[in-house]
Amino acid sequence: MTKTVQRVITALQEAFPDVDFAVAPLLAGRRPEEEQVCVRVPPTRLAGVMRFLYEDRRCRFEQLCDLTCVDYLNFPEATDRFGVTYALLSLTLGHRLWVKCFVNDPDPEVPSATGIWQGANWLEREVWDMFGVRFTGHPDLRRILTWEGFPAHPLRKDYPLRGRGERENYEVIHRDSA
Amino acid sequence: MKAAAPTYQGSREEFLTTRLDALVDMLRQYGVNWARKNSLWPLPFATACCGIELMGVGASRYDIARFGAEVMRFTPRQCDLLICAGRVAIKMMPVLQRIYMQMCEPKWVISMGACASSGGVFDTYAVIQGIDQFLPVDVYVPGCPPRPETLLEGVMAVQRIVEQEGIRTSRERGRGLRLTVQPAAELVQIGTEARS
Repeated sequence: MTKTVQRVITALQEAFPDVDFAVAPLLAGRRPEEEQVCVRVPPTRLAGVMRFLYEDRRCRFEQLCDLTCVDYLNFPEATDRFGVTYALLSLTLGHRLWVKCFVNDPDPEVPSATGIWQGANWLEREVWDMFGVRFTGHPDLRRILTWEGFPAHPLRKDYPLRGRGERENYEVIHRDSA
Repeated sequence: MKAAAPTYQGSREEFLTTRLDALVDMLRQYGVNWARKNSLWPLPFATACCGIELMGVGASRYDIARFGAEVMRFTPRQCDLLICAGRVAIKMMPVLQRIYMQMCEPKWVISMGACASSGGVFDTYAVIQGIDQFLPVDVYVPGCPPRPETLLEGVMAVQRIVEQEGIRTSRERGRGLRLTVQPAAELVQIGTEARS
């Protein structure tokens, strides 16, 4: 963990003393100067924490590199099902931080980050499309990869790889009809 | 052309008329299909790596121009041969169907490669398992991706279809000949003794 990241963690713990951030390295076995840090935030506090990470002068995460989700269904030692993952980068201070927010069935819901990072718009639409995690406050939460009316969220672990017959339901064109 | 061309016997003044007659004769004998099969205009519907191979077929080494099919048009209105090269996602299928319907009659379809013909290795919820489930396909070209020679064989198969069909309409010709290009070389299995 670099010094600037250490300062970010300290700032977080000072600003949100009631939250257990569960600070841990993202990957084990990295050298300390290369290590990236992951913090856990409950969905109820996510909006405030994200706003703080964006605005505080010790954090200054101007950029949301990625926003994705992991389905931990049947994952060993996992307690929650969906882990919405944010990859943050500070361009001025040159440090990174991973934020994970765990939500559960039914109706997994996370506050939208579009008010802070405009780029979160399509990423959140993708997570909604693929995992069915709803982002409250999103300006336009439509499906982005599958079409409107697709009945499932295909990257969930309990969705069959071959689908449930969605790909067989098109109109067939014969030589006579075209 | 097997029939002997009509020999010129008239006077100088009749020249033009005679040659026109010969032309009409030739068209009657061979039909429009002779012209048609030697000027297939493909629509390259290239969605994946098969498209790269399709470009190779169009380039000078394999040179699809030898078969009169080098005029790749990107509007379906000007094409009569749809080459579907690559996997087709579910969302892409209505687009492909619309492109097919926009092509003027007569029209033919080549399904190029394993993905377009059967879905290939992409047996997932998002990929169509063979475009022939939703479109009439004339020729299937095997391979992943097919060699340029294989695609040329497919174009020649379409030429044979055009030649044999006459100038019937699509209503008369039904579902087409549905030829498959057979690989020219015999497949030899290697190392079976060692494994068993």
